[in-house]
Amino acid sequence: MIEVQNVSKSFKDVQILKHLSTVFEEGKVNCIIGRSGSGKTVLMKSIVGLHEIDEGRILFHGRNYTEMNDKQRKEIRKEIGMVFQSGALFDSETLEDNVMFPLRMFSGMSEEECRERANFCLKRVEVVNKNNLYPSEISGGMQKRVAIARAIALNPKYLLCDEPNSGLDPMTSIVIDNLIHGIVQEYNITAIVNTHDMNSVMEIADKIVFIYKGEKWWEGNKDDIWHTDNQELNDFIFASSLTKKIKQTLK
Amino acid sequence: MKFFYHIGRYVLLMKKAIGWPDEKRMFWRNVGKEIVAVGYDSVGIVSIISFFMGGVMALQLAINMENPVLPQYLVGLGTRDAIILEFSSLVIALILAGKVGSSIASEIGTMRITQQIDALDIMGINSANYLILPKIIAGAITFPVICCLSIILGIGGGWVVGDVTGMVPSNQFILGLQFMFQPFYITFTNIKMVFFGILITSISSYYGYNAKGGSLQVGQASTQAVVVSSIVVLIFDLSLTTML
Ligand SMILES: Nc1ncnc2c1ncn2[C@@H]1O[C@H](COP(=O)(O)OP(=O)(O)OP(=O)(O)O)[C@@H](O)[C@H]1O
Ligand SMILES: [Mg+2]
Repeated sequence: MIEVQNVSKSFKDVQILKHLSTVFEEGKVNCIIGRSGSGKTVLMKSIVGLHEIDEGRILFHGRNYTEMNDKQRKEIRKEIGMVFQSGALFDSETLEDNVMFPLRMFSGMSEEECRERANFCLKRVEVVNKNNLYPSEISGGMQKRVAIARAIALNPKYLLCDEPNSGLDPMTSIVIDNLIHGIVQEYNITAIVNTHDMNSVMEIADKIVFIYKGEKWWEGNKDDIWHTDNQELNDFIFASSLTKKIKQTLK
Repeated sequence: MKFFYHIGRYVLLMKKAIGWPDEKRMFWRNVGKEIVAVGYDSVGIVSIISFFMGGVMALQLAINMENPVLPQYLVGLGTRDAIILEFSSLVIALILAGKVGSSIASEIGTMRITQQIDALDIMGINSANYLILPKIIAGAITFPVICCLSIILGIGGGWVVGDVTGMVPSNQFILGLQFMFQPFYITFTNIKMVFFGILITSISSYYGYNAKGGSLQVGQASTQAVVVSSIVVLIFDLSLTTML
């Protein structure tokens, strides 16, 4: 469980996050949705401490992360797996070395055990027989999947994915969505997924938080979202003519 | 003002970078990689430049000292001291500032803007320690080795060119090499090289680590790294030489 309490964040004079509070529950996929530039990435980076927040606090299972020093934070960071919007694989290392990286650093396992675990994770994300390729030699969707494999290598308690399926075709998106959903249920992880893809929200979200211009505008589950009368949320989810048609049929 | 700002941030970064690594096995693997990148990969360019500079230096000295009063072995002596004291340390350090400095700054800068450094931090790894310390150690180890190589090739170049052109007979050159030889000069120049190695790798890492923006800024960071580390190397060279 990750609690975000009254979090604000500004860059220079521009306030990006405005008194945001919510709870991301354990064993569930919590989706953060919102338009491009609404502050989803900033929120995610603030949660893990890549941005220092100006106000409020972040709790990981009741542990006050905001007030911790670097050393204490390090212990929590070892429980976090994060997938960046860009993948952020180490481009000078092979795919296998990328996934083995956190294992070598922290697991204390032998080289052989690390390799075995890395191969298990790569198989889990359906990237096989590509161990010795470099990130630049595989497709974007595959890079995202390897990033997920790296994030889950150490069996994290918290999994944060920033737009895991932006720029992917609908089929590959579904593969990644199911993968995240499966892992979360299997290991009872607290997952936060940033996305603006409504298909994937409907696929995997157990809880949805809608951010509008840095404020929490709405939260609920995927049944409520169709019936909301929140204007901005409606504009967001029924932006395309396809979804508009669906809404009319529902009515 | 900006000067003190950079000094302050540089010191803070070094404080973060210097310390026991999280994981020894990965650390030594990285030191090995960096020794190859910083040292081994520079051997080619350093060899070529040293040999030719040694040759040119001997010829210049020979031409300028064409005088029946001056013994020819002075060419060997002059070439030796110039190469040991300044050429193989200062000039080679400036060349390495260009080659090694720009590659370190752009490597770390690219890792910064593509969020690979954030990814390290999120895993709970001290990214400065993980990325920068192996480079500094590699610099401190390999720079003196490169310097010794450069001395040998530089003097060899002077000897060969002097002999081939017939301007300095071989026996005179070798006599000059041995004349009033001060072994301390070699120690001194190697101490300088250790300093230069640490300065160049750490300053370039600093500029890469603090890169922001996109590929343009990474390019700027790497140019700045070269300019600043060259200037700092020159200042250090001057102050160390006055201490001699
Ligand atoms: N490091 C930074 N410095 C200054 N401003 C920033 C910084 N990072 C983000 N911003 C600003 O914060 C706002 C929100 O950005 P953010 O990246 O969180 O958007 P997002 O919701 O993730 O959008 P997208 O869906 O396109 O990824 C943007 O207006 C951006 O300009
Ligand atoms: Mg984003």
